[in-house]
Amino acid sequence: MGNIWFCLVALMLMVYVVLDGFDLGAGAVHLFVAKTDTERRQVIRSIGPVWDGNEVWLIAAGGTLYFTFPLVYASSFSGFYLPLMMVLWLFVLRGISVEFRTHVEGPIWTGFWDAVFSLASLLLAVFFGAALGNVVRGVPLDSQGRFFEPLWTDFRIGRETGILDWYTLLVGVAALCALLLHGALWVALKTENAVYERARRLARFAWFGIAILTVVVTAVTFRIQRIVPGNFSTRQWGFLFPVIALAGLLGVAWSLIRKKDARAFGSSCAYLAGMLASVAFGLHPYVLPASTNSAYALTVENAKAPEYGLRIGLIWWAIGMFLATGYSVFSYRRFAGKVSSAAEEQGY
Amino acid sequence: MEDALTVHRLHFAFTVTFHYIFPQLTMGLALLIFLLKTIALRRGDEHYNRAARFWAKIFGISFALGVVTGIPMEFQFGTNWSEFSKAAGGVIGQTLAMEGVFSFFLESTFFGLFLLGEKRLGPKGHWVSSLMMFLGSWLSGYLIVATDAWMQHPVGYALSPNGQFQLTSFWALVLNRWALWQYSHTMLGAVITGSFTMASVGAFYLLSRTHEDCGQLFIRLAVIVGVIAAFLQLFPTGDGQGTMLARYQPTTLAAMEGLFETQEGAPLAILGQPDMVNRRLDNPLIVPKALSFLTYRVWSAKVDGMDKFPPQDLPDNITLLYYSYHVMVGLGTMFIAVLLLSAWKLWRKTLYESRGMLWALLLSLPFPFIANTAGWITAEVGRQPWLIFGLMRTRAGVSPQVSAGNAWFTLIGFMGLYTVLAILFLFLVFREIERGPALEAKSA
Repeated sequence: MGNIWFCLVALMLMVYVVLDGFDLGAGAVHLFVAKTDTERRQVIRSIGPVWDGNEVWLIAAGGTLYFTFPLVYASSFSGFYLPLMMVLWLFVLRGISVEFRTHVEGPIWTGFWDAVFSLASLLLAVFFGAALGNVVRGVPLDSQGRFFEPLWTDFRIGRETGILDWYTLLVGVAALCALLLHGALWVALKTENAVYERARRLARFAWFGIAILTVVVTAVTFRIQRIVPGNFSTRQWGFLFPVIALAGLLGVAWSLIRKKDARAFGSSCAYLAGMLASVAFGLHPYVLPASTNSAYALTVENAKAPEYGLRIGLIWWAIGMFLATGYSVFSYRRFAGKVSSAAEEQGY
Repeated sequence: MEDALTVHRLHFAFTVTFHYIFPQLTMGLALLIFLLKTIALRRGDEHYNRAARFWAKIFGISFALGVVTGIPMEFQFGTNWSEFSKAAGGVIGQTLAMEGVFSFFLESTFFGLFLLGEKRLGPKGHWVSSLMMFLGSWLSGYLIVATDAWMQHPVGYALSPNGQFQLTSFWALVLNRWALWQYSHTMLGAVITGSFTMASVGAFYLLSRTHEDCGQLFIRLAVIVGVIAAFLQLFPTGDGQGTMLARYQPTTLAAMEGLFETQEGAPLAILGQPDMVNRRLDNPLIVPKALSFLTYRVWSAKVDGMDKFPPQDLPDNITLLYYSYHVMVGLGTMFIAVLLLSAWKLWRKTLYESRGMLWALLLSLPFPFIANTAGWITAEVGRQPWLIFGLMRTRAGVSPQVSAGNAWFTLIGFMGLYTVLAILFLFLVFREIERGPALEAKSA
């Protein structure tokens, strides 16, 4: 039952990254691909009706982690206290900039919110990458399953490591690059004319960046976290996940050249999902590895909630997810197609 | 305040108090907007659609702020209260996760559709989306109250040898008796906030002689819904809460009523200042024997006072508890008076011309927000010194490795950010009120 929930929580986080990833990416490329107010309205409108629902995947995943692995929730949230609070502030800023931008017209108001929206999205992408880097690298857990990391120390990996060291920063930059690509492909899919062309050009640059970083980060990760190569050598069917990621990455390049926008975005989804699945597979059964003593690490077995709660949870979770997927599909279909660039349309 | 526990408590108290300004308004408005859409659909009256569209804009601004200030609440269980989360996550994580899975997806989807899809969805579809928005927000309210209710009155659990609480009955958790009373009381409070907000804007339009047709419509609906909610708030829901307290949290009851001595035929204090040194109520205005009657339906029943319990089991801030409770009850009584009088004048068809009554409705606006906040302070300060009543003390639940300095840092950050949000909220809402109800539907 613990392993089922490990997979389900990982799946929810994966869906979150794929969906909110394009919102954050669209935010990060916002200032570069859209220059005039009409163009910027197109970008905002392309995510306007869906960003809130996408963010819910993170909240739902957090809640699910809470009742299935309470120890992991308690330990990681309090240990990552400072960066998590900053993530919350960035979420607040991103949310209100999307919602409030359209309420008042005028260059000062909209210009300010465009900048806030873009900067918050960009920083969130880096923070999420760094968070993933921390989990993979391991944290200084004590025998009580507690830790507390300062924001940074000397940027080296060691006993006194901080949230930011060269490795987690590297993962942060890689995440930003991946979401820039993802966001640019989404914007290209949803827009026309000048914005469309700029988004495609930006996607090409981001593709080269992420292609290089994928190789570098993978190589470094195999050296830093020994659990990962161990898992891949003992259970070789796991190579399926990196293969999906690689196919996605190549698929993006192929579709970009052939101007198949939907296929390019779909390939980018496959890349993100493949990479995250590789990480989850590489760490299993560890949920939060320890950099201090591997006996202190939190695993599926020692961190899971008692059986009854996990069982009953599975029933309502399945029903809820069925409904949630239904609403999401309904909503995406309602707002399908390119957003119009016509200025008379109000709202997003 | 170098004590980390105090800072963590302030952190949660500040962020949740600010957050709750918005959901109480949106949950109340969700019902009222649904009623507007229902009347519009049945009568085919375009006035009601116009009104719904106007309130959807206020709803939208408040909803966005409710969402962005709500996410920090869920995270704080882990960041600031990790020992509590470790012990109780297997139980209350269930209701919190259900809120995300069942209501947030529903709300976020239909919120977007309701706000932007009026033309695409058609009248029936738009009505359905207003219903879904109403159901989603009210379901969300229930699951949060059920989470709090478990902390007030834990049920359906067993204590594991490692100190963790484990769920033993899902239905006991979800259908906690405490939750049913607390939920109806909380939601009626939200309806009162929504009603007064609507009535207040209506009064503003009538007094300033703009948008008078909409102003009358706002007042009519708000006063009728509000007067029903205000009565139900007193009885049976407020009364039911009191009965639950007497049975399961007698310490809270004694402290919030300011009852220092155990006595038969205990009086109900209407006014008075608790003197914690001499253990008495200064300048008391009391109704003799009323507390005994309200609690046990017997005028001479014995009610336990604070002297009955060891001091370490009493709430640690009795004065705050006493005042917040009295502010809530006092304002609740005032709401009944104002709404009853308005309803009488509405029935006599003199309300729209009665400037005095319109001024009263206009100026009532802040008070339901204060009353609801005071109500929550009563519930949460009343639960002290327990985090889970009778099982886990508040000081045992805090994150041990997050220092006071780190907690202050983020608390100050939230204070600054929320000040900006408050200014933006008031600016945007006043702007929408100034503009008034638009004539045309906007398209997506």
